[in-house]
Amino acid sequence: MTGDYNFAYLDEQTKRMIRRTLLKALAIPGYQVPFGGREMPLAYGWGTGGIQVTASVIGPRDVLKVIDQGADDTTNAVSIRRFFERVADVATTEKTTDATIIQTRHRVPEANLVEGQILVYQVPQPEPLRRLEPRETETRKMHAYGEYGLMQVKLYEDIAQFGHIATTYDYPVIVNGRYLTAPSPIPKFDNPKMQDNPAIQLFGAGREKRIYAIPPYTTVKSLDFDDHPFTVQRWDGACALCGATDSYLDEVVLDDRGKRMFVCSDTDYCGQRRAAGHVGEQPDMDDALEPEAR
Amino acid sequence: MTLAFDSAGLGPGFADPVFDSQSVFRSVLNAVAYPGAIERLAHRPGAPEGLDPAMASVVLTLCDLDTPIWSDAALSSEAVSTYLRFHCGAPLVAAAADARFGLIGDAAAMPRLDAFAMGDERYPDRSTTLVVTVPSLTEGPQRQWSGPGILRRRTVAVAGLPDWFWADWALNQGLYPLGVDVLFACGDAVMGLPRGITVKE
Repeated sequence: MTGDYNFAYLDEQTKRMIRRTLLKALAIPGYQVPFGGREMPLAYGWGTGGIQVTASVIGPRDVLKVIDQGADDTTNAVSIRRFFERVADVATTEKTTDATIIQTRHRVPEANLVEGQILVYQVPQPEPLRRLEPRETETRKMHAYGEYGLMQVKLYEDIAQFGHIATTYDYPVIVNGRYLTAPSPIPKFDNPKMQDNPAIQLFGAGREKRIYAIPPYTTVKSLDFDDHPFTVQRWDGACALCGATDSYLDEVVLDDRGKRMFVCSDTDYCGQRRAAGHVGEQPDMDDALEPEAR
Repeated sequence: MTLAFDSAGLGPGFADPVFDSQSVFRSVLNAVAYPGAIERLAHRPGAPEGLDPAMASVVLTLCDLDTPIWSDAALSSEAVSTYLRFHCGAPLVAAAADARFGLIGDAAAMPRLDAFAMGDERYPDRSTTLVVTVPSLTEGPQRQWSGPGILRRRTVAVAGLPDWFWADWALNQGLYPLGVDVLFACGDAVMGLPRGITVKE
């Protein structure tokens, strides 16, 4: 049903502007290109940047997947998927391998992506230095001169205070050896997946009106120190549903007596594994709940 | 009523502007994301004599009133200028350095790369994108490309470029993150050469 809107909601001139921005973003990996962000029919903070990028890229033959914290069935993911079903009449999927475009909030899918796939990140704050330097004029200069000592100091202060780097999400990276870049609030667990990924990674920040990109096969280095190398989160247990030990696990609180379970944050990955016969310790989530909580 | 331009001989652009430009954009996006790969364009717009169809597709997809265009002598005919003004509404500028897009019809006689806008340290995106018509993307001298978007290295053989081109490209690449970006256009195909790509013999 596209009769009421131009294809994919945005007008053609806006698409051209965003398309030009995307090409410059790919040419300068990690650099934030300003763009004329439009007002979208949902509030800032709900993925307006990602939606504008997706709307400028998507065509009638694309297959779209939308995830929020790894899940296909959460409010934000469902409403964005419905939005594109309505304004672009595209096919949607929950399978990572079937999708040509994946719009994501705060996760990189567990399944390996392939050449030609496009991963669109929703970004609340594109400027990794913003909490350290509120002035845009200054952060522009810091990027221009590659002056990123301030971020190293911030990570060092973590070590001085806690004994380790305590940043666990939106962990700053250097892209293509040049630009300090915010990976959006993905867990640092996902940072290594950005490096040399065969897919095209596009980032849209609607409120801040910035677009940036990481081309395929590009170096993405998480900042660290020689004596405090970058590491990702590890869990002692496995996913309670599918038994995966290699995925990012969410903690689910089951009752008010401290009972909890860990499950894959990527619902598609977990579902695929269960369909293939992998079983965790509590394969039926209902069984884990107390009778009155069911 | 008098028209501001002579519309005699003015042909149509894309048959279906919304979907054709989306399809062409995806090919161009892939071309820039995977430099050196040959991306076929699925749609061929009407284009006047002298304007390569792939270049016409790129221009119709990306240019509008916000993108000043500079074009070389080979593309300065009245028919091409009228086509660009009518279909894109883009201002045509005389100084290469003022252009967001530089259109090259005759690669052998193109201006040196430093004639175009290189961007600004704080805004390196404000540089010219060159669209260069070449006779072939496969039959020129072989070069090794490497950089973002290329797994290890790729052998590319763009034909028809002037002798100084790759020496100038090395200088352009040395300015990174500043510098021009290039799209090669050839018939129904495009190839991207963004500023981060290192080219060796």
